[in-house]
Amino acid sequence: MAPNSIHWFRRGLRLHDNPALQEAVRGAGTVRCVYFLDPWFAGSSNLGVNRWRFLLQCLDDLDSNLRKLNSRLFVIRGQPANVFPPGDAAIKKLAMEAGVEVIVKISHTLYNLDKIIELNGGQPPLTYKRFQTLISRMDPPEMPVVSSALMGCCVTPISEDHGDKYGVPSLEELGFDTEGLPSAVWPGGETEALTRIERHLERKAWVANFERPRMNANSLLASPTGLSPYLRFGCLSCRLFYFKLTDLYRKVKKTSKPPLSLYGQLLWREFFYTAATTNPRFDKMEGNPICVRIPWDRNPEALAKWAEAKTGFPWIDAIMTQLRQEGWIHHLARHAVACFLTRGDLWISWEEGMKVFEELLLDADWSVNAGSWMWLSCSSFFQQFFHCYCPVGFGRRTDPNGDFIRRYLPVLRGFPAKYIYDPWNAPDTVQAAAKCIIGVHYPKPMVNHAEASRLNIERMKQIYQQLSRYRGLGLLASVPSTHNGNGNGIAYSPGEQQPGTNTPATTVSSSTVASGNRTGSILLNFDNEENQGPSGIQQQQQRLGKTLICVSLFRLLHKGGSVTGKRDRESERDAEGEDDTLSTAHKLQRQIAEITSVHAASGNQSAMVIGYQIHIYANFMDTVNHYKSDLFFPVYFPTDELDEGHIS
Amino acid sequence: MKRRLSRDKDGGSSSCVELMEVCKRARCPSENSGDLPSDWAWLPQEILLCIFQYLPLLDRAFAAQVCHGWNQAFHMPELWRCFEFELTQPASSYLKATHPDLIKQIIKKHSNHLQYVSFKVDSSTESAEAACDILSQLVNCSLKTLGLISTARPSFMELPKSHFISALTVVFVNSKSLSSLKIDDTPVDDPSLKVLVANNSDTLKLLKMSSCPHVSPAGILCVADQCHGLRELALNYHLLSDELLIALSSEKHVHLEHLRIDVVSENPGQQFHSIKKSSWDAMVRHSPKFNLVMYFFLYEDEFGPFFREEIPVTHLYFGRSVSKDVLGRVGMNCPRLVELVVCANGLRPLDEELIRIAERCKHLSAIGLGECEVSCSAFVEFVKMCGRRLSQLSIMEEVLIPDHKYGLDEIHWEVSKHLGRVWFPDMMPTW
Repeated sequence: MAPNSIHWFRRGLRLHDNPALQEAVRGAGTVRCVYFLDPWFAGSSNLGVNRWRFLLQCLDDLDSNLRKLNSRLFVIRGQPANVFPPGDAAIKKLAMEAGVEVIVKISHTLYNLDKIIELNGGQPPLTYKRFQTLISRMDPPEMPVVSSALMGCCVTPISEDHGDKYGVPSLEELGFDTEGLPSAVWPGGETEALTRIERHLERKAWVANFERPRMNANSLLASPTGLSPYLRFGCLSCRLFYFKLTDLYRKVKKTSKPPLSLYGQLLWREFFYTAATTNPRFDKMEGNPICVRIPWDRNPEALAKWAEAKTGFPWIDAIMTQLRQEGWIHHLARHAVACFLTRGDLWISWEEGMKVFEELLLDADWSVNAGSWMWLSCSSFFQQFFHCYCPVGFGRRTDPNGDFIRRYLPVLRGFPAKYIYDPWNAPDTVQAAAKCIIGVHYPKPMVNHAEASRLNIERMKQIYQQLSRYRGLGLLASVPSTHNGNGNGIAYSPGEQQPGTNTPATTVSSSTVASGNRTGSILLNFDNEENQGPSGIQQQQQRLGKTLICVSLFRLLHKGGSVTGKRDRESERDAEGEDDTLSTAHKLQRQIAEITSVHAASGNQSAMVIGYQIHIYANFMDTVNHYKSDLFFPVYFPTDELDEGHIS
Repeated sequence: MKRRLSRDKDGGSSSCVELMEVCKRARCPSENSGDLPSDWAWLPQEILLCIFQYLPLLDRAFAAQVCHGWNQAFHMPELWRCFEFELTQPASSYLKATHPDLIKQIIKKHSNHLQYVSFKVDSSTESAEAACDILSQLVNCSLKTLGLISTARPSFMELPKSHFISALTVVFVNSKSLSSLKIDDTPVDDPSLKVLVANNSDTLKLLKMSSCPHVSPAGILCVADQCHGLRELALNYHLLSDELLIALSSEKHVHLEHLRIDVVSENPGQQFHSIKKSSWDAMVRHSPKFNLVMYFFLYEDEFGPFFREEIPVTHLYFGRSVSKDVLGRVGMNCPRLVELVVCANGLRPLDEELIRIAERCKHLSAIGLGECEVSCSAFVEFVKMCGRRLSQLSIMEEVLIPDHKYGLDEIHWEVSKHLGRVWFPDMMPTW
């Protein structure tokens, strides 16, 4: 008897290049394509309406494309967690116990990310250059699977009330208020994605120039050839995109080997996926082994001004308005607003900005979003921080006339180009003529950029000098150098390598696919496109650094004593007596317990990094762990001063 | 144990040998008893001290609960010489503050041990207030270094000036041997600097007070006149005067090592005074090796008085857009330049300016370019002229404009060749 199979759509919302779907159909008697939609997240406050619309359009499109194949999409309302336990491994186990074979296929990334990590000695590369070097040593990505006559003789049983039970809901049904909602600038769906990729390639062929296009005012606007949201939702296969680019390049340039820069956008995505894949705290500052701890300001009012486009800087506000209205902004615009929020002006944590992007940006992948924010805030990846995008000058360079601003901030339409980027400097007469008084109709700038960037550069310098132990006067040398080409700063030291500490592959390896015997009655297929989120990744116990061994020893000794409870009482009695250290220590222990756990966690992580080629980075993180300790001493004190303070 | 902060090999191995020696001595008495716990109790104080120095405070506190010996070690004065107070409020910071009980205990038991103290405060006025409260209680301490560091917004500036000044002068009056003082972005004023000078003039070596609006040129001049051991000074341009440079280059004065000047524009179109070449010359004669670090945060039209004549600047940082004209003048008049960072420039390529800088700034070893444009050919030429002395070369990819000779793919080879190491332009994610 031919088995019945289920294909679970997660991130790859497409029929083309869908190995898991193909596998599900092959030799099966019936197939049901399902999607779990969690309506509880939606609608409550019209948050992320663009993303929900995009998703529903994708599902609509899937459904209509399946109809053409005499099938339907089954949209199941409810959290998958209600049906399945979290984590791929757990789902697999459950399915096996029920006699269901699970087949997992990777098709959301070009490369097998575990292979990249393996090639880099067990750790994800932390610079883009290093990443490029690694993939240039790897085989090219696998070709997309061809899916002619996709359904074969496989049928989908559809009931009369399919639409009621499993139809794609509308935004209104999910509780969104759609009155006055402008039509989507980025319509979702595989069909749209495939139209766009053709247009994208046509334009590239027409320009016949495969270098990165130089920025101009037009690049700021949503382009009908833009693809990033479609890659994010998996409406477009990255492999299809990759091979179409390769084909076109060969056709036009008549050379066989295209440069890596041809795939820039795809490779950046791959880079951040790789960096995040073994790091469940990739989207956090605390406990994230690759993130520098920066004492960001917690300032909800300032954050709200930024997110709601009320900073008083037209360039920033226009970008944030475009983001909220349309769900996409140009990458340089992202740099501008991210720099402004974090290290440039407001000194607010990148995590806050990331959350806002998560809600508003159609192409905000978990890892790409977090990675880009860390990058732009100079929290990781060895970024030089000297360069702050000016919220006035940067826009002016890109669009001297200010049309972009007039488009998204109609209130400033009347300002001449001379003042449109800094309207607060316009004389009263100009403001009156523009029918926009700054401070009344449009806010005054929320910060003095010159002053803020002076303070912030100084702060970044201090943090980086402390981390890199650099004591010179140079600004550039404060960031550990990456110029030796392997991109990781310090020469490779094989002696320190720890093969045993590699985090085990968490994605189910593709070898599981090979199992050919189908004895079960139901096959549960799902594409392994779930981005490696915080859950589902198991951290292996790592070797502790020297200090940490010491520390745990002390803890052990202490713990050993308190097992009986006697030790505790003793220490408390001691505390009441002549010495109050113990009580203080106790209080510290109790009240700063959270710190301890963070310490321990990040300690492990840093130990994980030690022995890797970038042991300077390990030192980096080591210092970060000691950030709270009194070992720290500001680096700006002369060396001899510092030495005087030591016990000889 | 000179380098206790760093854990590099040489520092570690020498202290290891020392430790082994002490351990050998320590082992003898415990040989009779034999069991492990008493071994730990026998650990001599000097070894404990060595270990404790490597431990974060929290772990020392844990360790102090193991036994009386370790508890005593916890209180050794040597462990309380350096302390960093972190003062934050949950509402304004993500980081944890130093526990109030610990602060109390330090003031009670260890304030006379404190020598190297810094305060890190977040953007809240409460935290700055708390820092001042602690300072005012440090009556029986003798600090050598004091750093007041605003980690977010400059919160000391929001305090009532008198409150801040009275706290600071407690330290000035009691310490008598203060040698390093970092008080950027604070409301310190001329009278308080007089107190500093009256009590610490013999010992003061380092003074950082960028953006202290209540200090006048006369106030800083008084410091320079009296504190002849001053080797490092950081201040804003409005405090810099010919008199100050002359005072710093007097015979009685030691060689100056670093002078850092922030040139910040308060409002567009501000006029800046100029410094005579003769004053700079006197400074260079007196301290031939001194570093002059200048940070410019000016509008393009405010550079009028700068770089007209030769200036001994070594590290130049342009935080806002700077014109081709000014960069041309930098090439002409900054023969001692070591590091140049240009965050932004107009749309015309900086080709000739860079070539001139390579030609005339023979010590240039670090350069960073942000929102600028340079043709690939000119950039290669620049690198070729500077050669391997360019140890830091941080150029955004967008800066380099491909031309008939080099595209972006070729340029990294060409530049790497001249540098003698692999080099790539800095990239930003395109997503």
